[in-house]
Amino acid sequence: MSAHDVMPDIELYQPITVEDAVALAERHGENGWLLAGGQDTYGWLKDRAKHTSAMIDLNAIDALKGIRELAGGIEIGALTSLTEIQNNSSVVAKFGLLAEAVAHVASPQIRNMGTLGGNLVQDTRCWYYRRGLSCYRAGGNTCYANTPEGMNREHAIFGASRCVAVTPSDTAPALVALEAQMVIVGPDGERIVAAEDFFVGPNVDIRSMTTLETGEVLTAVRIPGKWATSEYYFEKVADRNVWDFALVSVAAVMKLNGGNITDARFACGGVACVPQRLPAVERAVIGKPRNDETGLAAGAIASNGAVTLNYNHFKVPLIENLVRRAVRG
Amino acid sequence: MSAVLVTTTINGDRTEFVCETDETLLDALRNRLGLTGSKEGCGTGDCGACSVTVDGRLVCSCLVLGVEAEGCEVNTIEGMADGDVLHPLQAKFIEHAALQCGICTPGFLMAAKVLLDKNPNPSEVEIRFALAGNLCRCTGYDKIVRAVKAAAKEVRKR
Ligand SMILES: Cc1cc2nc3c(=O)[nH]c(=O)nc-3n(C[C@@H](O)[C@@H](O)[C@H](O)COP(=O)(O)OP(=O)(O)OC[C@H]3O[C@@H](n4cnc5c(N)ncnc54)[C@H](O)[C@@H]3O)c2cc1C
Ligand code: SF4
Ligand code: FES
Ligand code: FES
Repeated sequence: MSAHDVMPDIELYQPITVEDAVALAERHGENGWLLAGGQDTYGWLKDRAKHTSAMIDLNAIDALKGIRELAGGIEIGALTSLTEIQNNSSVVAKFGLLAEAVAHVASPQIRNMGTLGGNLVQDTRCWYYRRGLSCYRAGGNTCYANTPEGMNREHAIFGASRCVAVTPSDTAPALVALEAQMVIVGPDGERIVAAEDFFVGPNVDIRSMTTLETGEVLTAVRIPGKWATSEYYFEKVADRNVWDFALVSVAAVMKLNGGNITDARFACGGVACVPQRLPAVERAVIGKPRNDETGLAAGAIASNGAVTLNYNHFKVPLIENLVRRAVRG
Repeated sequence: MSAVLVTTTINGDRTEFVCETDETLLDALRNRLGLTGSKEGCGTGDCGACSVTVDGRLVCSCLVLGVEAEGCEVNTIEGMADGDVLHPLQAKFIEHAALQCGICTPGFLMAAKVLLDKNPNPSEVEIRFALAGNLCRCTGYDKIVRAVKAAAKEVRKR
Protein backbone atom coordinates (compact mmCIF):
# COMPACT_ATOMS: atom_id res chain seq x y z
CA MET A 1 0.00 0.00 0.00
CA SER A 2 2.75 2.43 0.80
CA ALA A 3 5.70 3.58 -1.25
CA HIS A 4 7.87 5.14 1.39
CA ASP A 5 10.91 5.75 -0.74
CA VAL A 6 9.61 8.04 -3.43
CA MET A 7 7.55 11.17 -3.39
CA PRO A 8 4.90 12.07 -5.90
CA ASP A 9 5.50 14.93 -8.33
CA ILE A 10 5.55 18.24 -6.54
CA GLU A 11 5.33 21.70 -8.00
CA LEU A 12 7.42 23.72 -5.58
CA TYR A 13 6.92 27.41 -4.81
CA GLN A 14 9.41 29.33 -2.71
CA PRO A 15 7.92 32.70 -1.75
CA ILE A 16 10.05 35.14 0.24
CA THR A 17 7.28 37.18 1.85
CA VAL A 18 4.28 36.19 3.95
CA GLU A 19 2.00 38.11 1.55
CA ASP A 20 3.20 36.02 -1.40
CA ALA A 21 2.80 32.80 0.59
CA VAL A 22 -0.77 33.77 1.53
CA ALA A 23 -1.56 34.71 -2.08
CA LEU A 24 -0.20 31.36 -3.31
CA ALA A 25 -2.07 29.47 -0.61
CA GLU A 26 -5.29 31.26 -1.51
CA ARG A 27 -4.79 30.69 -5.24
CA HIS A 28 -4.15 26.96 -4.83
CA GLY A 29 -6.84 26.49 -2.18
CA GLU A 30 -7.40 22.86 -1.20
CA ASN A 31 -4.60 21.72 -3.51
CA GLY A 32 -1.97 23.89 -1.86
CA TRP A 33 0.23 22.66 0.98
CA LEU A 34 2.32 24.82 3.27
CA LEU A 35 5.76 23.36 3.88
CA ALA A 36 7.81 24.15 6.96
CA GLY A 37 10.35 21.55 8.12
CA GLY A 38 8.56 18.79 6.22
CA GLN A 39 8.92 16.25 9.03
CA ASP A 40 5.18 15.56 9.08
CA THR A 41 4.54 16.47 5.45
CA TYR A 42 6.78 14.00 3.64
CA GLY A 43 5.33 11.05 5.54
CA TRP A 44 1.88 11.92 4.22
CA LEU A 45 3.09 12.44 0.68
CA LYS A 46 5.31 9.37 0.50
CA ASP A 47 2.49 7.21 1.80
CA ARG A 48 0.18 8.72 -0.83
CA ALA A 49 -2.29 9.23 2.00
CA LYS A 50 -2.57 12.96 1.22
CA HIS A 51 -1.86 14.82 -1.96
CA THR A 52 -0.89 18.26 -3.11
CA SER A 53 -0.28 19.78 -6.49
CA ALA A 54 1.41 22.90 -5.11
CA MET A 55 3.93 22.85 -2.30
CA ILE A 56 4.40 26.32 -0.82
CA ASP A 57 7.75 26.28 0.95
CA LEU A 58 7.86 28.82 3.79
CA ASN A 59 11.57 28.36 4.50
CA ALA A 60 12.75 31.34 2.47
CA ILE A 61 10.62 33.79 4.48
CA ASP A 62 13.01 35.29 7.02
CA ALA A 63 10.23 37.23 8.77
CA LEU A 64 8.85 33.89 10.03
CA LYS A 65 12.05 32.90 11.81
CA GLY A 66 13.64 33.73 15.13
CA ILE A 67 12.83 34.50 18.74
CA ARG A 68 12.13 38.07 19.85
CA GLU A 69 11.67 39.61 23.28
CA LEU A 70 8.25 41.09 24.00
CA ALA A 71 7.37 43.14 27.06
CA GLY A 72 7.76 40.41 29.70
CA GLY A 73 7.23 37.63 27.22
CA ILE A 74 8.56 36.41 23.89
CA GLU A 75 7.47 35.97 20.31
CA ILE A 76 8.62 32.91 18.39
CA GLY A 77 8.42 32.89 14.60
CA ALA A 78 6.47 29.89 13.30
CA LEU A 79 9.41 28.72 11.19
CA THR A 80 11.86 28.67 14.10
CA SER A 81 13.35 25.21 14.52
CA LEU A 82 12.60 23.22 17.64
CA THR A 83 16.34 22.92 18.35
CA GLU A 84 16.71 26.70 18.34
CA ILE A 85 13.83 27.03 20.80
CA GLN A 86 15.23 24.29 23.04
CA ASN A 87 18.60 26.09 23.23
CA ASN A 88 17.40 29.70 23.36
CA SER A 89 18.53 31.29 26.62
CA SER A 90 15.49 33.47 27.01
CA VAL A 91 13.07 30.57 26.44
CA VAL A 92 15.01 28.48 28.94
CA ALA A 93 15.12 31.28 31.53
CA LYS A 94 11.52 32.46 31.22
CA PHE A 95 9.53 29.53 29.87
CA GLY A 96 11.33 26.40 30.97
CA LEU A 97 8.07 24.50 30.41
CA LEU A 98 8.27 25.13 26.67
CA ALA A 99 12.00 24.36 26.50
CA GLU A 100 11.36 21.05 28.20
CA ALA A 101 8.37 20.16 26.04
CA VAL A 102 10.37 20.92 22.90
CA ALA A 103 13.24 18.75 24.12
CA HIS A 104 10.80 15.83 24.31
CA VAL A 105 9.79 16.04 20.65
CA ALA A 106 10.99 13.18 18.43
CA SER A 107 14.75 12.92 17.84
CA PRO A 108 17.65 15.38 17.44
CA GLN A 109 17.39 15.03 13.66
CA ILE A 110 13.68 15.88 13.62
CA ARG A 111 14.04 18.78 16.06
CA ASN A 112 16.75 20.23 13.83
CA MET A 113 14.41 20.40 10.84
CA GLY A 114 10.99 20.53 12.52
CA THR A 115 9.53 23.94 13.26
CA LEU A 116 7.25 25.21 15.99
CA GLY A 117 4.50 26.00 13.46
CA GLY A 118 4.75 22.55 11.94
CA ASN A 119 4.73 20.94 15.36
CA LEU A 120 1.49 22.75 16.23
CA VAL A 121 -0.27 22.19 12.91
CA GLN A 122 0.88 18.56 12.33
CA ASP A 123 -1.94 16.10 11.86
CA THR A 124 -2.90 13.26 14.16
CA ARG A 125 -1.00 9.98 14.21
CA CYS A 126 -4.07 7.71 14.19
CA TRP A 127 -2.70 4.96 12.00
CA TYR A 128 -5.93 4.14 10.22
CA TYR A 129 -6.09 7.71 9.04
CA ARG A 130 -2.37 7.91 8.27
CA ARG A 131 -2.65 4.78 6.17
CA GLY A 132 -5.06 6.64 3.98
CA LEU A 133 -8.26 4.86 5.04
CA SER A 134 -11.39 6.79 4.33
CA CYS A 135 -12.48 7.41 7.92
CA TYR A 136 -14.54 10.35 9.23
CA ARG A 137 -11.47 12.57 9.47
CA ALA A 138 -10.59 11.76 5.88
CA GLY A 139 -14.11 12.58 4.70
CA GLY A 140 -15.56 9.08 4.96
CA ASN A 141 -18.36 7.80 7.15
CA THR A 142 -16.81 5.48 9.71
CA CYS A 143 -14.15 5.41 12.41
CA TYR A 144 -11.85 2.40 12.23
CA ALA A 145 -10.32 2.97 15.65
CA ASN A 146 -13.53 3.01 17.64
CA THR A 147 -14.83 -0.45 16.83
CA PRO A 148 -14.73 -3.67 18.87
CA GLU A 149 -11.67 -4.78 16.85
CA GLY A 150 -10.13 -1.33 16.49
CA MET A 151 -6.63 -0.79 17.83
CA ASN A 152 -7.20 2.23 19.99
CA ARG A 153 -4.57 2.02 22.70
CA GLU A 154 -3.23 5.46 21.72
CA HIS A 155 -6.64 7.10 21.29
CA ALA A 156 -8.72 9.61 23.21
CA ILE A 157 -10.34 9.43 26.62
CA PHE A 158 -11.82 12.92 26.41
CA GLY A 159 -13.79 14.92 23.86
CA ALA A 160 -14.39 12.21 21.28
CA SER A 161 -17.07 12.91 18.73
CA ARG A 162 -17.18 10.20 16.06
CA CYS A 163 -13.36 10.61 15.74
CA VAL A 164 -11.26 9.42 18.72
CA ALA A 165 -7.86 10.66 17.51
CA VAL A 166 -5.51 12.59 19.81
CA THR A 167 -3.16 15.55 19.39
CA PRO A 168 0.39 14.36 18.66
CA SER A 169 2.10 17.63 19.55
CA ASP A 170 4.31 17.96 22.62
CA THR A 171 4.52 21.74 22.36
CA ALA A 172 0.76 22.31 22.14
CA PRO A 173 -0.07 21.49 25.80
CA ALA A 174 2.84 23.66 26.98
CA LEU A 175 1.64 26.62 24.92
CA VAL A 176 -1.95 26.20 26.10
CA ALA A 177 -0.73 26.15 29.70
CA LEU A 178 1.34 29.28 29.07
CA GLU A 179 -1.68 31.13 27.56
CA ALA A 180 0.12 31.68 24.27
CA GLN A 181 -1.44 33.63 21.40
CA MET A 182 -1.29 32.42 17.82
CA VAL A 183 -0.67 35.05 15.17
CA ILE A 184 -2.36 34.07 11.90
CA VAL A 185 -2.17 35.91 8.58
CA GLY A 186 -4.65 35.20 5.80
CA PRO A 187 -6.16 36.85 2.75
CA ASP A 188 -8.16 39.17 5.03
CA GLY A 189 -5.20 40.23 7.16
CA GLU A 190 -4.06 39.25 10.62
CA ARG A 191 -6.02 37.60 13.41
CA ILE A 192 -4.87 36.53 16.83
CA VAL A 193 -6.26 33.44 18.52
CA ALA A 194 -5.61 32.08 22.01
CA ALA A 195 -3.71 28.78 21.85
CA GLU A 196 -6.61 27.13 23.60
CA ASP A 197 -9.01 28.16 20.81
CA PHE A 198 -6.51 27.43 18.03
CA PHE A 199 -6.89 23.68 18.51
CA VAL A 200 -10.31 22.26 17.73
CA GLY A 201 -11.88 18.91 18.43
CA PRO A 202 -13.97 16.77 16.09
CA ASN A 203 -17.17 18.26 17.49
CA VAL A 204 -16.10 21.58 15.92
CA ASP A 205 -14.34 20.33 12.77
CA ILE A 206 -13.72 16.66 12.16
CA ARG A 207 -11.41 17.34 9.20
CA SER A 208 -8.97 19.76 10.82
CA MET A 209 -7.22 19.91 14.20
CA THR A 210 -6.84 23.71 14.15
CA THR A 211 -8.89 26.79 13.31
CA LEU A 212 -6.60 27.58 10.37
CA GLU A 213 -8.56 28.17 7.18
CA THR A 214 -7.26 27.44 3.71
CA GLY A 215 -4.98 30.30 2.72
CA GLU A 216 -3.97 31.13 6.27
CA VAL A 217 -0.41 30.98 7.60
CA LEU A 218 0.54 30.75 11.25
CA THR A 219 3.25 33.41 11.45
CA ALA A 220 4.21 33.50 15.13
CA VAL A 221 3.43 32.38 18.64
CA ARG A 222 3.40 35.02 21.36
CA ILE A 223 3.87 34.00 24.96
CA PRO A 224 2.81 36.71 27.40
CA GLY A 225 4.87 37.50 30.49
CA LYS A 226 2.19 36.22 32.88
CA TRP A 227 3.79 32.83 33.52
CA ALA A 228 7.44 33.84 32.96
CA THR A 229 9.77 32.18 35.51
CA SER A 230 6.81 30.48 37.22
CA GLU A 231 7.05 27.00 38.68
CA TYR A 232 6.41 24.41 35.99
CA TYR A 233 6.21 20.68 35.42
CA PHE A 234 6.36 18.68 32.21
CA GLU A 235 6.24 14.94 31.89
CA LYS A 236 5.59 12.80 28.87
CA VAL A 237 5.01 9.07 28.97
CA ALA A 238 5.65 7.21 25.73
CA ASP A 239 6.48 3.63 24.80
CA ARG A 240 10.04 4.73 24.09
CA ASN A 241 11.58 7.40 26.27
CA VAL A 242 12.65 9.50 23.31
CA TRP A 243 11.54 9.64 19.66
CA ASP A 244 8.02 8.37 20.34
CA PHE A 245 4.71 10.23 20.61
CA ALA A 246 3.08 10.84 23.99
CA LEU A 247 0.62 8.32 25.36
CA VAL A 248 -0.17 10.96 27.98
CA SER A 249 1.73 14.14 28.77
CA VAL A 250 1.15 16.84 31.34
CA ALA A 251 2.23 20.48 31.11
CA ALA A 252 1.60 22.65 34.15
CA VAL A 253 2.48 26.11 35.39
CA MET A 254 1.90 27.29 38.93
CA LYS A 255 2.40 30.41 41.00
CA LEU A 256 3.29 30.00 44.64
CA ASN A 257 3.12 32.31 47.58
CA GLY A 258 4.57 31.08 50.87
CA GLY A 259 4.27 27.46 49.73
CA ASN A 260 0.63 27.82 48.67
CA ILE A 261 -0.50 27.62 45.06
CA THR A 262 -2.08 30.94 44.10
CA ASP A 263 -2.68 30.27 40.39
CA ALA A 264 -2.28 27.26 38.09
CA ARG A 265 -2.89 26.03 34.57
CA PHE A 266 -2.79 22.42 33.41
CA ALA A 267 -2.96 20.98 29.91
CA CYS A 268 -2.49 17.36 28.87
CA GLY A 269 -1.40 15.82 25.59
CA GLY A 270 -2.35 12.43 24.16
CA VAL A 271 -5.77 12.26 25.81
CA ALA A 272 -7.98 14.29 23.46
CA CYS A 273 -7.94 15.77 19.99
CA VAL A 274 -6.91 19.07 21.60
CA PRO A 275 -4.58 19.77 24.51
CA GLN A 276 -6.91 18.95 27.39
CA ARG A 277 -7.28 21.73 29.97
CA LEU A 278 -8.06 20.52 33.49
CA PRO A 279 -10.09 23.36 35.07
CA ALA A 280 -11.35 21.22 37.96
CA VAL A 281 -7.78 20.34 38.89
CA GLU A 282 -6.79 23.99 38.70
CA ARG A 283 -9.63 24.99 41.01
CA ALA A 284 -8.80 22.19 43.42
CA VAL A 285 -5.15 23.15 43.86
CA ILE A 286 -5.48 26.92 44.16
CA GLY A 287 -5.07 27.97 47.79
CA LYS A 288 -3.49 24.62 48.74
CA PRO A 289 0.14 23.86 49.57
CA ARG A 290 2.19 22.26 46.79
CA ASN A 291 2.61 18.81 48.33
CA ASP A 292 1.69 15.19 47.76
CA GLU A 293 -1.59 15.46 49.63
CA THR A 294 -2.81 18.18 47.29
CA GLY A 295 -1.41 16.17 44.38
CA LEU A 296 -3.28 13.04 45.38
CA ALA A 297 -6.57 14.92 45.62
CA ALA A 298 -5.98 16.72 42.32
CA GLY A 299 -4.93 13.51 40.57
CA ALA A 300 -8.10 11.78 41.68
CA ILE A 301 -10.27 14.26 39.80
CA ALA A 302 -7.99 14.62 36.74
CA SER A 303 -9.77 11.77 34.97
CA ASN A 304 -13.30 12.95 35.71
CA GLY A 305 -15.41 12.56 32.61
CA ALA A 306 -13.01 10.17 30.89
CA VAL A 307 -14.60 7.72 28.46
CA THR A 308 -12.33 4.80 27.67
CA LEU A 309 -12.14 2.63 24.57
CA ASN A 310 -11.22 -1.07 24.42
CA TYR A 311 -7.48 -0.68 24.80
CA ASN A 312 -6.79 2.67 26.43
CA HIS A 313 -8.02 2.25 30.02
CA PHE A 314 -4.43 2.64 31.18
CA LYS A 315 -4.62 6.34 30.33
CA VAL A 316 -6.92 6.93 33.32
CA PRO A 317 -4.42 6.04 36.08
CA LEU A 318 -1.68 7.54 33.92
CA ILE A 319 -3.24 10.99 33.79
CA GLU A 320 -4.13 10.77 37.49
CA ASN A 321 -0.56 9.96 38.46
CA LEU A 322 1.00 12.51 36.14
CA VAL A 323 -1.20 15.26 37.58
CA ARG A 324 -0.34 14.11 41.09
CA ARG A 325 3.36 14.34 40.30
CA ALA A 326 2.94 17.72 38.61
CA VAL A 327 1.26 19.13 41.69
CA ARG A 328 3.63 17.72 44.30
CA GLY A 329 6.66 18.78 42.17
CA MET B 1 7.69 18.77 -11.53
CA SER B 2 10.78 20.50 -12.74
CA ALA B 3 14.52 20.01 -12.58
CA VAL B 4 16.53 22.45 -10.50
CA LEU B 5 20.25 23.12 -10.42
CA VAL B 6 21.49 22.95 -6.85
CA THR B 7 24.86 24.36 -5.81
CA THR B 8 26.27 22.99 -2.56
CA THR B 9 29.47 22.12 -0.79
CA ILE B 10 29.59 18.40 -0.06
CA ASN B 11 32.30 17.11 2.25
CA GLY B 12 34.27 20.28 1.53
CA ASP B 13 33.99 20.13 -2.27
CA ARG B 14 31.87 22.57 -4.20
CA THR B 15 29.30 20.36 -5.89
CA GLU B 16 26.52 21.06 -8.35
CA PHE B 17 23.74 18.65 -9.11
CA VAL B 18 20.44 18.70 -10.93
CA CYS B 19 17.44 17.25 -9.17
CA GLU B 20 13.70 17.21 -9.41
CA THR B 21 11.72 19.27 -6.89
CA ASP B 22 10.20 16.10 -5.43
CA GLU B 23 13.54 14.38 -4.87
CA THR B 24 14.86 13.98 -1.34
CA LEU B 25 18.40 14.94 -0.44
CA LEU B 26 19.01 11.24 0.25
CA ASP B 27 17.98 10.33 -3.30
CA ALA B 28 20.09 13.12 -4.74
CA LEU B 29 23.14 12.01 -2.76
CA ARG B 30 22.75 8.35 -3.63
CA ASN B 31 21.38 8.42 -7.15
CA ARG B 32 22.76 11.63 -8.60
CA LEU B 33 26.10 11.88 -6.83
CA GLY B 34 26.95 8.23 -6.18
CA LEU B 35 27.36 8.89 -2.45
CA THR B 36 25.73 5.67 -1.30
CA GLY B 37 27.11 5.71 2.25
CA SER B 38 23.90 7.24 3.60
CA LYS B 39 21.30 4.49 3.78
CA GLU B 40 17.56 4.38 3.52
CA GLY B 41 16.15 2.33 6.38
CA CYS B 42 12.62 3.67 6.50
CA GLY B 43 12.18 6.84 4.49
CA THR B 44 10.01 8.31 7.22
CA GLY B 45 12.35 9.86 9.78
CA ASP B 46 12.21 6.92 12.16
CA CYS B 47 15.55 5.16 11.80
CA GLY B 48 18.25 7.80 11.20
CA ALA B 49 20.22 5.60 8.73
CA CYS B 50 20.12 8.51 6.29
CA SER B 51 21.59 11.05 8.75
CA VAL B 52 23.81 13.74 7.24
CA THR B 53 24.60 17.28 8.34
CA VAL B 54 23.32 20.36 6.55
CA ASP B 55 25.12 23.50 7.72
CA GLY B 56 26.20 21.57 10.79
CA ARG B 57 22.70 20.39 11.72
CA LEU B 58 22.10 16.66 11.86
CA VAL B 59 19.07 15.82 9.70
CA CYS B 60 17.34 12.81 8.20
CA SER B 61 18.16 13.30 4.52
CA CYS B 62 15.11 11.21 3.60
CA LEU B 63 12.98 14.07 5.01
CA VAL B 64 14.77 16.97 3.33
CA LEU B 65 14.29 18.01 -0.28
CA GLY B 66 17.41 18.04 -2.44
CA VAL B 67 16.62 21.62 -3.45
CA GLU B 68 16.70 22.69 0.21
CA ALA B 69 20.46 22.04 0.16
CA GLU B 70 20.99 25.03 -2.15
CA GLY B 71 23.86 27.12 -0.80
CA CYS B 72 24.41 24.76 2.14
CA GLU B 73 27.34 22.75 3.39
CA VAL B 74 26.46 19.08 3.44
CA ASN B 75 28.58 16.50 5.20
CA THR B 76 28.09 12.78 4.72
CA ILE B 77 29.79 9.65 5.98
CA GLU B 78 32.04 9.70 2.89
CA GLY B 79 33.77 12.78 4.33
CA MET B 80 34.47 11.33 7.75
CA ALA B 81 37.77 9.52 7.22
CA ASP B 82 40.84 11.55 6.35
CA GLY B 83 42.01 9.70 3.24
CA ASP B 84 42.91 6.22 4.48
CA VAL B 85 42.96 7.29 8.11
CA LEU B 86 39.74 6.45 9.88
CA HIS B 87 38.09 8.91 12.24
CA PRO B 88 38.40 7.67 15.87
CA LEU B 89 34.67 6.96 15.84
CA GLN B 90 35.04 4.69 12.83
CA ALA B 91 38.07 2.97 14.33
CA LYS B 92 36.34 2.42 17.67
CA PHE B 93 33.16 1.10 16.04
CA ILE B 94 35.29 -1.59 14.40
CA GLU B 95 37.30 -2.29 17.54
CA HIS B 96 34.17 -2.64 19.70
CA ALA B 97 32.25 -4.62 17.05
CA ALA B 98 29.57 -1.92 17.15
CA LEU B 99 28.14 -3.03 13.82
CA GLN B 100 26.83 -6.15 12.19
CA CYS B 101 24.92 -5.57 8.94
CA GLY B 102 26.15 -1.98 8.86
CA ILE B 103 23.03 -0.34 7.50
CA CYS B 104 22.58 1.87 10.55
CA THR B 105 26.29 2.58 10.99
CA PRO B 106 26.77 5.64 8.76
CA GLY B 107 23.86 7.33 10.53
CA PHE B 108 25.15 6.47 14.00
CA LEU B 109 28.61 7.74 13.07
CA MET B 110 27.24 11.04 11.78
CA ALA B 111 25.09 11.54 14.87
CA ALA B 112 27.99 10.64 17.17
CA LYS B 113 30.33 13.01 15.32
CA VAL B 114 27.92 15.92 15.75
CA LEU B 115 27.88 15.13 19.46
CA LEU B 116 31.66 14.86 19.86
CA ASP B 117 32.28 18.02 17.82
CA LYS B 118 30.15 19.90 20.35
CA ASN B 119 30.97 17.93 23.47
CA PRO B 120 34.11 15.76 23.49
CA ASN B 121 33.37 14.53 27.01
CA PRO B 122 29.77 13.35 26.97
CA SER B 123 28.18 11.29 29.73
CA GLU B 124 26.52 8.00 28.86
CA VAL B 125 23.11 9.68 29.16
CA GLU B 126 24.20 12.44 26.79
CA ILE B 127 25.43 9.84 24.30
CA ARG B 128 22.18 7.92 24.47
CA PHE B 129 20.10 11.06 23.97
CA ALA B 130 22.27 12.20 21.05
CA LEU B 131 21.79 8.82 19.38
CA ALA B 132 18.08 8.58 20.15
CA GLY B 133 17.09 9.21 16.54
CA ASN B 134 19.10 6.26 15.25
CA LEU B 135 17.80 2.72 15.36
CA CYS B 136 19.84 -0.47 15.09
CA ARG B 137 18.14 -3.82 14.50
CA CYS B 138 21.23 -6.04 14.88
CA THR B 139 23.92 -4.92 17.25
CA GLY B 140 21.98 -3.43 20.12
CA TYR B 141 22.98 -0.11 21.57
CA ASP B 142 25.43 -1.12 24.25
CA LYS B 143 28.41 -1.69 21.98
CA ILE B 144 27.62 1.44 20.06
CA VAL B 145 27.57 3.54 23.23
CA ARG B 146 30.84 1.97 24.37
CA ALA B 147 32.46 2.69 21.03
CA VAL B 148 31.40 6.33 21.20
CA LYS B 149 32.78 6.62 24.73
CA ALA B 150 36.10 5.14 23.62
CA ALA B 151 36.21 7.43 20.58
CA ALA B 152 35.52 10.44 22.78
CA LYS B 153 38.58 9.55 24.80
CA GLU B 154 40.66 9.41 21.59
CA VAL B 155 39.27 12.72 20.40
CA ARG B 156 40.14 14.37 23.72
CA LYS B 157 43.77 13.16 23.42
CA ARG B 158 44.21 14.89 20.09
C1 LIG C 1 9.83 9.65 13.63
C2 LIG C 1 9.04 10.83 14.07
C3 LIG C 1 8.82 11.04 15.43
C4 LIG C 1 8.11 12.15 15.86
N1 LIG C 1 7.91 12.32 17.20
C5 LIG C 1 7.25 13.43 17.64
C6 LIG C 1 7.06 13.65 19.04
O1 LIG C 1 7.51 12.88 19.87
N2 LIG C 1 6.39 14.76 19.43
C7 LIG C 1 5.90 15.65 18.54
O2 LIG C 1 5.32 16.66 18.97
N3 LIG C 1 6.05 15.47 17.21
C8 LIG C 1 6.72 14.38 16.75
N4 LIG C 1 6.89 14.19 15.40
C9 LIG C 1 6.21 15.05 14.44
C10 LIG C 1 7.11 16.05 13.76
O3 LIG C 1 6.83 15.99 12.41
C11 LIG C 1 6.83 17.39 14.31
O4 LIG C 1 7.24 17.37 15.63
C12 LIG C 1 7.55 18.52 13.60
O5 LIG C 1 7.70 19.61 14.50
C13 LIG C 1 6.77 19.02 12.43
O6 LIG C 1 7.28 20.27 12.05
P1 LIG C 1 7.64 20.58 10.53
O7 LIG C 1 8.06 22.00 10.50
O8 LIG C 1 8.61 19.60 10.02
O9 LIG C 1 6.21 20.37 9.86
P2 LIG C 1 5.75 20.24 8.36
O10 LIG C 1 5.73 18.82 7.96
O11 LIG C 1 6.48 21.19 7.49
O12 LIG C 1 4.26 20.77 8.55
C14 LIG C 1 3.29 20.03 9.28
C15 LIG C 1 1.89 20.56 8.94
O13 LIG C 1 1.75 21.88 9.41
C16 LIG C 1 1.44 22.78 8.35
N5 LIG C 1 2.20 24.00 8.63
C17 LIG C 1 3.53 24.05 8.91
N6 LIG C 1 3.89 25.32 9.19
C18 LIG C 1 2.77 26.08 9.08
C19 LIG C 1 2.51 27.47 9.25
N7 LIG C 1 3.48 28.32 9.61
N8 LIG C 1 1.25 27.92 9.05
C20 LIG C 1 0.26 27.05 8.71
N9 LIG C 1 0.45 25.73 8.54
C21 LIG C 1 1.69 25.24 8.72
C22 LIG C 1 1.84 22.08 7.09
O14 LIG C 1 1.06 22.51 5.99
C23 LIG C 1 1.60 20.63 7.45
O15 LIG C 1 0.25 20.32 7.25
C24 LIG C 1 7.61 13.08 14.92
C25 LIG C 1 7.84 12.89 13.56
C26 LIG C 1 8.55 11.78 13.13
C27 LIG C 1 8.79 11.61 11.66
S1 SF4 D 1 -9.90 8.02 15.29
FE1 SF4 D 1 -10.38 9.67 13.85
S2 SF4 D 1 -8.63 9.65 12.50
FE2 SF4 D 1 -8.64 7.62 13.50
S3 SF4 D 1 -9.90 6.25 12.22
FE3 SF4 D 1 -11.30 7.19 13.70
S4 SF4 D 1 -12.11 8.99 12.57
FE4 SF4 D 1 -10.23 8.38 11.53
S1 FES E 1 15.76 6.47 6.11
FE1 FES E 1 15.69 8.48 6.87
S2 FES E 1 15.19 8.15 8.93
FE2 FES E 1 15.08 6.14 8.13
S1 FES F 1 24.17 -3.08 12.46
FE1 FES F 1 22.42 -3.80 11.38
S2 FES F 1 20.98 -2.26 11.88
FE2 FES F 1 22.63 -1.70 13.12
